[in-house]
Amino acid sequence: MFEAILLTVITASTPLVIAALGELVTERAGVLNLGVEGMMIMGAVCAFATAQLTGSPYLGLLGGVFGGAAFSLLFGFLTLTLVANQVATGLALTILGLGLSGQIGESFVGKPGIKLQPIAIPLLSDIPFVGRVLFAQDLTFYLSMALVFGIGWFLFKSRAGLKLRAIGDSHASAHALGINVIRTRYLAVMFGGACAGLAGAQLSLVYTPQWVENMSAGRGWIALALVVFASWRPWRVLAGGYLFGAVTIGQLHAQAFGIGVPSQLLSALPYAATIVVLIIISHNRRTTLINTPASLGKPFVPDR
Amino acid sequence: MKKLIIALAASAALLGGFTSGAQAQEKKKVCFIYVGSRTDGGWTQAHDLGRQQLDKALGAKVETPFLENVPEGPDAERAIERMARSGCAMVFTTSFGFMDATVKVAAKFPDIKFEHATGFKAAPNLATYNSRFYEGRYIQGQIAAKMSKKGLAGYIASFPIPEVVMGINAFELGAKSVNPNFKLKVVWANTWFDPGKEADAAKALIDQGVDILTQHTDTTAPMQVAAERGILAFGQASDMIAAGPKTQLTAIVDTWGAYYIKRAQALLDGTWKSEQIWDGLKDGILTMAPYTNMPDDVKAMAEETEAKIKSGELHPFTGPINKQDGSAWLKAGEKAQDGVLLGMNFYIEGVDDKLPQ
Amino acid sequence: MRIELEKRPRVSLLFSVLSPLLALVLTLVFGAIMFWLLGKSPLNALYVYFVEPLLEVWSLHELAIKAAPLILIGVGLAVCYRSNNWNIGAEGQFTIGAIAGSILPVLYPQWHSWIILPLMLVMGMAGGALYAGIPALLKTRFNTNEILTSLMLVYIAQLFLDWLVRGPWRDPQGYNFPQTKSFQVEAVLPEMLASGRAHWAFVFAIVAAVALWFMMRFMLKGFEVSVLGQSERAGRFAGFSARRMVWFAMLLSGALAGLAGISEVSGSIGHVQPSISPGYGFTAIIVAFLGRLNPLGIVASGLVLALTYLGGEAAQLSIGISDKVSRVFQGLLLFFVLSCDTLIHYRIKLVFSDVRTVEAKG
Repeated sequence: MFEAILLTVITASTPLVIAALGELVTERAGVLNLGVEGMMIMGAVCAFATAQLTGSPYLGLLGGVFGGAAFSLLFGFLTLTLVANQVATGLALTILGLGLSGQIGESFVGKPGIKLQPIAIPLLSDIPFVGRVLFAQDLTFYLSMALVFGIGWFLFKSRAGLKLRAIGDSHASAHALGINVIRTRYLAVMFGGACAGLAGAQLSLVYTPQWVENMSAGRGWIALALVVFASWRPWRVLAGGYLFGAVTIGQLHAQAFGIGVPSQLLSALPYAATIVVLIIISHNRRTTLINTPASLGKPFVPDR
Repeated sequence: MKKLIIALAASAALLGGFTSGAQAQEKKKVCFIYVGSRTDGGWTQAHDLGRQQLDKALGAKVETPFLENVPEGPDAERAIERMARSGCAMVFTTSFGFMDATVKVAAKFPDIKFEHATGFKAAPNLATYNSRFYEGRYIQGQIAAKMSKKGLAGYIASFPIPEVVMGINAFELGAKSVNPNFKLKVVWANTWFDPGKEADAAKALIDQGVDILTQHTDTTAPMQVAAERGILAFGQASDMIAAGPKTQLTAIVDTWGAYYIKRAQALLDGTWKSEQIWDGLKDGILTMAPYTNMPDDVKAMAEETEAKIKSGELHPFTGPINKQDGSAWLKAGEKAQDGVLLGMNFYIEGVDDKLPQ
Repeated sequence: MRIELEKRPRVSLLFSVLSPLLALVLTLVFGAIMFWLLGKSPLNALYVYFVEPLLEVWSLHELAIKAAPLILIGVGLAVCYRSNNWNIGAEGQFTIGAIAGSILPVLYPQWHSWIILPLMLVMGMAGGALYAGIPALLKTRFNTNEILTSLMLVYIAQLFLDWLVRGPWRDPQGYNFPQTKSFQVEAVLPEMLASGRAHWAFVFAIVAAVALWFMMRFMLKGFEVSVLGQSERAGRFAGFSARRMVWFAMLLSGALAGLAGISEVSGSIGHVQPSISPGYGFTAIIVAFLGRLNPLGIVASGLVLALTYLGGEAAQLSIGISDKVSRVFQGLLLFFVLSCDTLIHYRIKLVFSDVRTVEAKG
């Protein structure tokens, strides 16, 4: 049973991890995009629609990624080119995304979904327990793991990542060093959108292969919280995402066991846990300051 | 049931019926207000299907505008008032949470007919209507007891309101009529609508060993999970067979259309009365989706029970029934009163859960 | 072709006035195209959306009801944001304010005295302020990011409310349905005028907006907010304490959100139920920015946003435009307003040549 629970936790955590990783890169570049929920739901509907029209869940995934990225461009144009306020634009993006996805998805409601099937990795998936849990998953899980490694390497080991972090820490000095701030930020925003779109695709192709309006049901907001919770570190996003998933699933199991605690209290646990862990992580002022992108949310206009 | 027929406001109805000749030729507006999206695949969609049937049946005489995604609270009052002022002759408010808003607006517009789903407050121009979903749940319980190898079913519940508690009890009663030791595990998802969370609840229950799943939440996600894991399940509100062709045993389908047509016709005929209606299987306000994925003898049993409930021979809540703690609730042969059912806040014996209070 | 911005030497007064109008024109044009594509008469649709809700007295009352919480929360948030504190949990403070304010009517339904209503309002404000005090405490004491903690506390507040009204506070005569007894007459916030149901919350909102505008404009506290918001260092040189400012800003915005919460419950709903807000706390964030964080601007933006809700309903009902289209339209309006505001601070230039001049910088 432990194995089955673990598999459930993985499915529940994967979209949170993917979306949070994308937002992490965006925020590392100094851009705060609160529209994750909107991009996620756009990804979900684009993925579902593409899969339905082509019959291929893999093209569906691609559709979700493109949908999320394209939608994030709108945010990029407003906040980067027109330097509109990022918080307000992000919230507006969510309103627009929820409406637009409902409109796009209207004709797909009630259609049976196409599920992205798991891919068992030969040999590795034969290992008892570990194999079935880690190596017989669908593509989105492998992608989420690859993203953790990839982003960790990119941010802290690669030259391009160093530039991106420099922009997040001080766009003025980065600009002075000849780094193209706006272009890099556009790319970072689109990467965040693509990840949110991929997370949405996971929802409508893996988690619950169907399309219904508002099916992201607040997961984009949790992803946002995870980024800060993780103090902008990819590994901590992974840990946080799984912690959140585990508590959510755990409370359902506690109920099925018949533990007589008010279900609202159990449902509130993940949020309370996040706050507690956050306090533990952030009480050391120095470590937080080192990781926080200093120019997060601040507008940048290159002077000429 | 005891239909509370409230004194007909005859003068108001007459005034409404005989307005000027020009208006009489115009279509009457029969309006609907929904709490969710009309394509939610569950509760609201069922009401909207009913509206569409009404449109088809009486389309020459009525129009059916609607408002969807209306939050409960002050927004509801405004939305209902807007309907009243935009010339609606009749307004269906299709969520329990619209109750007080409907009452307030109905008091302001005595010439307009209001109908509120699942509530308990009525007025001369405000009727209430509800469906005896528990009749279907009883049949499901019987099927579950026949089909479950372990004698253990899982129930994904939304919120501990009487409607849901009543459904859980009816399911358990049906199951126990076949297998006295049948157990029921309940998980409260604390949502009507969150596909992911409903799927998680379904997985948790299956991992805890249930081999039949039923739900009182709105999306087809639990049905999909059941299909994936190869167990059987029941659909909710709509026929969910598309989500589980080899999984769905049957579903309680809310078929409000017949009721809407009946009431709109009464409005056109000038015979509309404020009533508190609690219809059941026999009235067609709910129907059972085809009995599928089960052997013929189980199907025959289900059909027989359905017929007995329709004829009034069988009332699911007939004693002897004990409460969860073993204390007696109904004596042998005693039938539960509607008032008790509508306020039900206790489990019966055999439910393996502690009711959130 | 690309777009370049050039900072104006000073804020353009012309565009301060013109930009909302420009945004409106753009929204109207795009909206007309959208409605035309959907097969609706564009002029009629726009009329129904923006004009019809303003023509009737009852509808104006509804506008005031809808705008009141948005403005109340929005002006508090504006001060908070200007001081560089990012409270995005107003929704939770709204909820807790509603709960705290409802303690008296729920527990003492037999108490008939005029004093009950003022007490409720004070308790509502205190509840909202205390709840906003949690992220303030965590920020000042543990340096915990307030964006995250205030957001998490929203969910906890909503679940707490849910538990209360389904459990201990449930009306025993209410067939077990999840709501409290209706408040006694003395505990209901009265209506302002006889012509409709708009209640005193709208007055509170206007008073709060004017008071905060006065504070920001003419009082030392307002200066302190701006200085600390722009630069903590500069503020410290001026002798201001950033830590005290965290408390001031969070408690102020929490108290106003709490006042909005209890006003909504007491004035518009009349009892406590699981859903008391369709996301006012989040929408108010947008309202705050649309009003450019200026309390008087927020009065205008709150009214405009409230109008889009009313207009969306009117459009659904009378011309069959779906709820989704209304939301898309609302989103478009927000985007146009936000992007046109760029013109206040910047000149926009279209550069057609592809040649980049790379400047050497030291």
